[in-house]
Amino acid sequence: MEGLSASEISLLLDTADGYVEQNRQADKKRDLLHGRTLINLFFENSTRTRTSFELAGKRLGLDVINMSVATSAIKKGETLIDTAMTLNAMHPDVLVVRHADSGAVELLSQKVNCSVINAGDGSHEHPTQALLDALTIRRRIGRLNNLTVAICGDIAHSRVARSNIHLLHTMGARVRVVAPPTLLPPAIERFGVEVFTDMRKGLADCDVVMMLRLQLERMQGSFVPSVREYYRYFGLDAEKLAYAKPDAFVMHPGPMNRGVEIASELADDIDRSVIRQQVEMGVAVRMACIDILTRNQARPDSFVDPTETAGGN
Amino acid sequence: MPAGRIAYLNARLLDPATGLDETGAVLVEDGKIADFGAHLFKGGAPSVRQVVDCAGLCLAPGLVDMRVQLREPGQEHLEDINSAGDAALAGGITQLACLPNTQPVIDDVPVVEFIARRAREAKKVKINCYAALTKGMQGKELTEIGLLSDAGVVAFTDGEQATVNAKTLSRALKYAEAFDAMIVQHPEEPSLAENGLMNKGELASRLGLSGIPREAEIIMVERDLRLAAMSGTRFHFAHVTTSDALDAIRKAKAQGLPVTCDTAPHYFALNETAIGNYRTFAKVSPPLRDEADRQAVVAAIADGTIDAIASDHAPHDQDSKRLPFPQASFGIIGLETLLPLTLELYHNRHMTLLEALAAVTCKPADLLRLKAGRLVRGAAADLVIFDPDRPWQIDESQLKSRSKNTPFDKRPVQGKALMTIVDGRTLYRAPDAPL
Repeated sequence: MEGLSASEISLLLDTADGYVEQNRQADKKRDLLHGRTLINLFFENSTRTRTSFELAGKRLGLDVINMSVATSAIKKGETLIDTAMTLNAMHPDVLVVRHADSGAVELLSQKVNCSVINAGDGSHEHPTQALLDALTIRRRIGRLNNLTVAICGDIAHSRVARSNIHLLHTMGARVRVVAPPTLLPPAIERFGVEVFTDMRKGLADCDVVMMLRLQLERMQGSFVPSVREYYRYFGLDAEKLAYAKPDAFVMHPGPMNRGVEIASELADDIDRSVIRQQVEMGVAVRMACIDILTRNQARPDSFVDPTETAGGN
Repeated sequence: MPAGRIAYLNARLLDPATGLDETGAVLVEDGKIADFGAHLFKGGAPSVRQVVDCAGLCLAPGLVDMRVQLREPGQEHLEDINSAGDAALAGGITQLACLPNTQPVIDDVPVVEFIARRAREAKKVKINCYAALTKGMQGKELTEIGLLSDAGVVAFTDGEQATVNAKTLSRALKYAEAFDAMIVQHPEEPSLAENGLMNKGELASRLGLSGIPREAEIIMVERDLRLAAMSGTRFHFAHVTTSDALDAIRKAKAQGLPVTCDTAPHYFALNETAIGNYRTFAKVSPPLRDEADRQAVVAAIADGTIDAIASDHAPHDQDSKRLPFPQASFGIIGLETLLPLTLELYHNRHMTLLEALAAVTCKPADLLRLKAGRLVRGAAADLVIFDPDRPWQIDESQLKSRSKNTPFDKRPVQGKALMTIVDGRTLYRAPDAPL
């Protein structure tokens, strides 16, 4: 996401907007990119993102193959670069890669000559999540500029937070981060965000509240003392949300920990929560990314930079 | 085999230990420096077996690299005594000290003897050993400091790991008094550095990499200075990188504590931005710091707080570096880049040529109590002839080290070793040397 310009982001969002309509029709499939191949290469388990990319690919007419780490040679000791070279030899058009290590997708993209989409690398970036969040906001409010967005929770380990900060800044929004100090990355203020450790102050007059998932292993003692304490001070409930603007709405990249970072009633409140819309936008945004990255390759004489990646991961 | 009498004429003689900087000659006889100075051969042509006309190039004591990971025994696919020897000689190094993190660990006399024998057979660079401070570098039981000292080890250290347990370290410092041994620490508080990949700060946050705080080094240095004050043992901090740790060491030295420290070229020639887009060749331990700390390291070399510059040579193959950043090994090679990077300090006018050279010759030799690093009549003729100004570009494919993990590939530098002489024998001559 970092490095992508406002016009590039707008192009992706505009394209995705069109696919939202396509996805709502009975016949969702087009043969726009017939004959192309997309490989989902997931070194980290994920059901929703992988499914979202799979649907996106299929609805554009691509052949989609899923590779998950459990069945791949990585388990047999193959290195990331060897895996990349092997897959590259099969001439895929798009590789969608998720990896637990920051920078791993960038490394892989240097070794293949197809388009690579970063589906999340370590704590670094998750560009398509930021795009789908932006599309959700834009469709609800009609713009991204001059909005105040509070991102709350485990900022330190969150690739979603980083990609969202970059995108929202590029599009002219104000970004706040709200978290206990142990879950804020060092020098986060240098990202140009406002930093809050008091959730009520952080949510005051916000247009959008983005909640982040707190990983289970960080709940008990190492970063926060207990789930109970975390929920009390940093969990989103109706009382805390009342500090935000009256029409402010709630987002969550999923999967949610109900009763940890978000109250169950709030998550299910269709007036305040857009969590299901986010999932819907996810497919459209991923279709837009696949479309824009592969459309150029339709002309056999055109040269596509092999390191080109969605979101410039 | 004695090399007979060799005369080196028209050289700019540099001896950092005495401040000698004059044009003159050196006479080598049977592998030793027989005489040197401006007066030599003024009366006429010398009657020697061989004459080398240095044509005004610098002639100095061979470099002493006090911190090298040799990888032999145990990991010869990364480096061995022959390849390290070739690399060292090409870098103007005539003597080095190898860390105990070989396989097996250098924690017992037979391993010391093995390396000494292999070095004798290789007939290249002179090799000294550190021994582990604790058995197996496990941080628990002390090694045989007396026996190992008698076997010739230069100092005791747990290598790339800190000796963490305060009680173990304070006992070691106390016990080492009896043998006048030096203890070397890798100053890093491991729980603060745990899982860390690079310097903690904005860049680490942007890259989504977990950080190692500067305080991990500072806390360990400050603690160890307290422990060092409890004994009279010489205590040395390896590769110091932060301004606050250097301040603490500066103050301790002023108080007369027997503490010293070194740093490596990458800590004054690079800062954390060298990591750029996840370049694993810039992944080192301790991590590259920010620009303010880099400048503090330069200042500390200039004011003498940092006693020596060591390459911190750590060979790794592609398999351990061409990986996602979190999985890649720490460390870079440095034997062949030690001289030109140290000379950057002179070219950038932070210090004189002699001061820069002292940090890689007499000062490390004195720390390790080696008879090396200076021009002395009767001493072994371990010499380097170099051009301090010659511009060249570091090219990893030209390096002699078996591993090629250098972040300095393509860096333009000034200063090159052209001839390296050990015990009077010319063991390296640069292909383009005008000699």
